[in-house]
Amino acid sequence: MEANSATAHQHQEPVLKDVIPVVNPGHNFETVSDKISSIVLRERTPITLIMALGIAFLVMNLLMAALTKLLYQGVGVWGLNTPVGWGLDITTFVWWIGIGHAGTLISAILLLMGQKWRTSINRFAEAMTLFAVACAAIFPLFHTGRPWFAAYWLLPIPNTMALWPQFRSPLMWDVFAISTYGSVSLLFWYVGLIPDLGTMRDRAKNQIVKMIYGMLSMGWRGEARHWARYETIYNLLAGLATPLVVSVHTIVSFDFAVSVIPGWHTTIFPPYFVAGAIFSGFAMVLTLLLPARYLFNLHDFVTMRHIENMAKVMLVTGLMVFYGYNMEAFFGWYCGNEYEFYMIYNRMTGPYWWVYWLLIFCNGVAPQVLWIKKVRQNVYILWGITIIVNIGMWFERFIIVVTSLHRDFMPSVWGMYAPTIWEWMLYAGTIGMFIFLMILFVRALPMIPMFEIKTLLPQSKVRHKE
Amino acid sequence: MKDKKDIYGLMAEFDNPQAIVDATRATYKAGYRKVDAYSPFPIEELSEALEFHPKVQYIVLCGGIIGGLLGYGLQYWTSAVDYAINIGGRPLNSWVSFIPITFELTVLIGAFSGAIGMLILNGLPQPYHPVFNVPRFSTASSDRFFLCIEAIDPKFDRRATAEFLKSLGALEVTEVEP
Repeated sequence: MEANSATAHQHQEPVLKDVIPVVNPGHNFETVSDKISSIVLRERTPITLIMALGIAFLVMNLLMAALTKLLYQGVGVWGLNTPVGWGLDITTFVWWIGIGHAGTLISAILLLMGQKWRTSINRFAEAMTLFAVACAAIFPLFHTGRPWFAAYWLLPIPNTMALWPQFRSPLMWDVFAISTYGSVSLLFWYVGLIPDLGTMRDRAKNQIVKMIYGMLSMGWRGEARHWARYETIYNLLAGLATPLVVSVHTIVSFDFAVSVIPGWHTTIFPPYFVAGAIFSGFAMVLTLLLPARYLFNLHDFVTMRHIENMAKVMLVTGLMVFYGYNMEAFFGWYCGNEYEFYMIYNRMTGPYWWVYWLLIFCNGVAPQVLWIKKVRQNVYILWGITIIVNIGMWFERFIIVVTSLHRDFMPSVWGMYAPTIWEWMLYAGTIGMFIFLMILFVRALPMIPMFEIKTLLPQSKVRHKE
Repeated sequence: MKDKKDIYGLMAEFDNPQAIVDATRATYKAGYRKVDAYSPFPIEELSEALEFHPKVQYIVLCGGIIGGLLGYGLQYWTSAVDYAINIGGRPLNSWVSFIPITFELTVLIGAFSGAIGMLILNGLPQPYHPVFNVPRFSTASSDRFFLCIEAIDPKFDRRATAEFLKSLGALEVTEVEP
């Protein structure tokens, strides 16, 4: 073993001295498996986690109550009316979809770019993606009012008059984009889990637990040819998911941009939506990962390097988003169109002015402290920033959806929109559902990919054929 | 002593990736072909040592092409053939607005055919496999590396092959129950 590790060190890539490692030193293959699988198989659930699960469950029941009321009484229980036909539901839908972008970005794009630090956080972020997409899907489905008919409107099924859905509509593109994104994310996540499920099967002591992991792993045994096919497919899935992740929020932005409403009908929407999605996604990953890292003592695998890198991605995408806000204001003034000008003037000084300026503070001003290294390395301040960003991104969607609609072309149809208690309950309920599912995930599955961490260890390097 | 057919093969255990890669290269060079190497994480050199090159990527290509054709075909057929309606004077085959769904279905079917193809080519799901009869094999998913020469290999000989595996520096050589 000694001789081997000595030879392995010769093949290590050159490392800069002051760079914080991706995996803290002192780990070998066994300790990696042991540390990560023990969280699920051996350790007792931390009491804080059980309490959090209980609270999340209670909050999730708000979702059930809100949906029951909605289905019993109809969409009238929401505050939607002419001219604001899209309110808190679509706002929150876009918010959740945005949050769902970090998972695939971290797993796919960073994989293709050879960013090794992604390894510790990719599964966690992918699980987050899946649950965020599940939360998001609730909103447009129930926005239809009668979701049991939605199959005829959303899926390519002809209705009773043999009429097909309108494929030229961005709303149809959206259905395909979201469902493809959800399915491919689930597939990517599951394929990534298969070898680790095999490890869990081999390490479980309880016979029933062993059987469950065994079935889920499909009898994975780590044969060299299997690995070769597996790696090929995993990289190809990453290659397919990369344009997919960009396409999803682009298409979501088409829901707005293809219309003629001032404030929606703009060409900067696709890139600015994608940047915003990555921004909010990384914020949410940090919001959840920082407590999980502390709770399960994952400091060896989620090092300051990961946290700082994520903070930097937030800073960069935050600047892109801020640029988008400034450009929106610039276009409003420069285009010379009175409706466009009034739109931006109304956002800044109209009845929803405080939402606009809170948005500028949360997404434009607050993230600027991330320029400071000390702030990026202080988990408490960083966590606070991520919460501010999460709130700010929700405000962004509220501004886009509501302020554009409430005063469009004709002053005679202007109106105001305020969400009702049932909409707030629905929103809160999905947050409860999201956290509930995340807690179940960290208790039932290895939240860090063990086999991928092993490939990062210096011991895993092999000499090429002489 | 059992007959050749009574066992699945001989399994040798190694404790580091370099040893298994060297042993696999030597085994392949010695003329054994029914050789399987097991590792807890992907080692590129290991499948190269078995001179194996995956072809599963072509399934993704075919799946993607089929998905794209299906996606476009679905929209063309429903909008221009089965129930053609003139909407705002747009052409019936308004291909630009058919691109997003064509793209999404390309990705969807490409991804699923690739993942399912990978599992099928790997023979998974497989509820039973003889290698799991070796008690030590449960470490193959954590930190140990195994090389198995199957009994159906023409060069296989219980005693000689066992000796050969030992000479490669195996920590332990075990017979695998079928």
